[in-house]
Amino acid sequence: MVEKRIRVLVAKPGLDGHDRGAKVIARALRDAGMEVIYTGLRQTPEQIVATAIQEDVDIVGLSLLSGAHNHLFPKVVELLKEKGVEDILILGGGVIPEEDIPFLKENGVAEIFTAGTPTGKVIEYIKSKL
Amino acid sequence: MDKARGSKLKRRGSYMFEQEKLRKVEKAKKVWEEGQVVPTLKKYQERKENFSTVSGIPVERLYTPLEIEKLDYEKEVGLPGQYPFTRGVQPTMYRGRLWTMRQYAGFATAEESNQRYRYLLEQGQTGLSVAFDLPTQIGYDSDEPIAQGEIGKVGVAIDSLADMEVLFREIPLDKVSTSMTINAPAAILLAMYLVVGEKQGIRMDKLRGTIQNDILKEYAARGTYIFPPVPSMRLITNIFAFCSQNVPQWNTISISGYHIREAGATAVQEVAFTLADGIAYVEAALQAGMDIDSFAGRLSFFFNAHNDLLEEVAKFRAARKIWARLMKERFGAKDSRSLMLRFHTQTGGSTLTAQQPDNNIVRVAIQTLAAVLGGTQSLHTNSRDEALALPSEDSVRIALRTQQIVAYESGVCETIDPLAGSYYVESLTQEIEERVWDYIEKIDALGGAVKAIEHGYIQKEIADSAYTYQKEIEAGQRIVVGLNKFEIKERRMGGLLRVNPVVGETQVKRLRELKRTRDNIAVQNQLERFRKAACSDETNLMPYLLDAVRVYATEGEICNVLREIFGEYRPVEIL
Repeated sequence: MVEKRIRVLVAKPGLDGHDRGAKVIARALRDAGMEVIYTGLRQTPEQIVATAIQEDVDIVGLSLLSGAHNHLFPKVVELLKEKGVEDILILGGGVIPEEDIPFLKENGVAEIFTAGTPTGKVIEYIKSKL
Repeated sequence: MDKARGSKLKRRGSYMFEQEKLRKVEKAKKVWEEGQVVPTLKKYQERKENFSTVSGIPVERLYTPLEIEKLDYEKEVGLPGQYPFTRGVQPTMYRGRLWTMRQYAGFATAEESNQRYRYLLEQGQTGLSVAFDLPTQIGYDSDEPIAQGEIGKVGVAIDSLADMEVLFREIPLDKVSTSMTINAPAAILLAMYLVVGEKQGIRMDKLRGTIQNDILKEYAARGTYIFPPVPSMRLITNIFAFCSQNVPQWNTISISGYHIREAGATAVQEVAFTLADGIAYVEAALQAGMDIDSFAGRLSFFFNAHNDLLEEVAKFRAARKIWARLMKERFGAKDSRSLMLRFHTQTGGSTLTAQQPDNNIVRVAIQTLAAVLGGTQSLHTNSRDEALALPSEDSVRIALRTQQIVAYESGVCETIDPLAGSYYVESLTQEIEERVWDYIEKIDALGGAVKAIEHGYIQKEIADSAYTYQKEIEAGQRIVVGLNKFEIKERRMGGLLRVNPVVGETQVKRLRELKRTRDNIAVQNQLERFRKAACSDETNLMPYLLDAVRVYATEGEICNVLREIFGEYRPVEIL
């Protein structure tokens, strides 16, 4: 039986231009057999949610290094909820101070991967959840 | 046009070593290899099968005069302050004056950033370097919905001249030089700076500083573009032309490899893509009818300094040499200043680890040495906590002290280009040079840097290198101390800087107040004049921008006019 491939949206919310991490993780997930869609830079939460629904993804990975995560990550979660989507796993990555992580988790981000996380760890996490 | 390529072909003439002595060295080396190296290898294998620089250039076990046998000292190394400037752009280098110690800083509101600048100047910093927040860099006023959450985060929020006046309050602009990391809207921020100078009673020709103004690397690596390439190049050449007449001490562009490297490029790619961008700017200015020597002397560069100390030193030396040759042979520049690659350096942000952050102090010290041994004109040293947050005041002080220790205690500044003549460094300088020329030829063949970026070629090369590097780390082929070896359980680092979340509201309030109290008729008139000027390709926009910012037209209002006329850049996404 063919297993359904995991579909991931790697997204860059806000105005941040740092996309090295987003691109590296996108390639690593693809090499791990997942189907990956990358949004490119400067996506509003509304655009990200629309793409996630349209592409019927299992996971949205949000990458941000500008410090606007507390504003933008919960917004994506909220908008997904508004659209009645509850089964997409939201992950975050980037330069995110540890003290912000509990707040993000309370607001619906399942896990945060900070600088230096091996891509293997993210893949393992995703596979354990789906 | 003659696409001069000076390296491979011209290695002939007066060599540094006598042939007879070289043959003796060759013999001795062979004896050493057979008699000592081979038996040693039988007993003890080397640590790795292949040794290479961090950029993947193979490294030999030993370098001798044989590896630089064909180096023509006079032509390829030369003397400091002389073509091809391999040894540095100044005749006395740091014996005359140390590099400018310039810490990139800015956060929250103009008020708070002004305080940080004054603190840094009190601590012995010798130049300012302004970091703007993302809305400012992308031409949005703080009251735009898309700016929310980003105001004052990665730099200071500047909406209008009013903010700029506060930013430089009590800082005499004739006494400092100011670098501004601003690209797509560089002309607007430069206009604001010039008007702040005007209000302090300082003439434009007395102002010194740099704007980054390098849009090509924004498309390729950094992401704060607004307009498409053609109108963006017009804004850039308008600045070149205006400053050559009115602000002669201003560096009109800082052609940047820093972000290309941060995005994952190798040292070779960093130099190659930066110089290819440089070629594109020069060609654009020539096409706009400027004389090469009227602007080339004010072009400046910005590079990264990573941990591979000797590769970095070789990189800086090679970059100077290639640029000099390009300017002379390809563009026919005559003025010696036009041939000089003057550069700012920042230590490598992507080399810092969030794990055991104090280790970053050591990395920054090595990178500082690389920049100084490579002959930088100015330097920003990163702070230990930058993989975690914006740097705290304590961390910034240590970073600045690192430069001061290298400057005053290490002894490396007492003579010029002290690593010249090292068999390894000279050999590596040549190797990097050849590899850079290969890339430049490839980009020429694609039609130049703009075309190469539009095709996604440069982005793809960078992304490939970034992914290769990541895989090497995860496979343990590259060791990063504290990250994939020598890890510890650690406590969270305290004392990180947090930007007060109220900053956004404060800035929006300030902007609304400005929009209410300024002369809005004057603003509308100036914006209309500016719009007309922008519609005609022949008009230099700088005088119109000066008039617009003087009446407190905001950055967002000005950019919106340009968005309407120029349109917005739509990137190709390359994975």
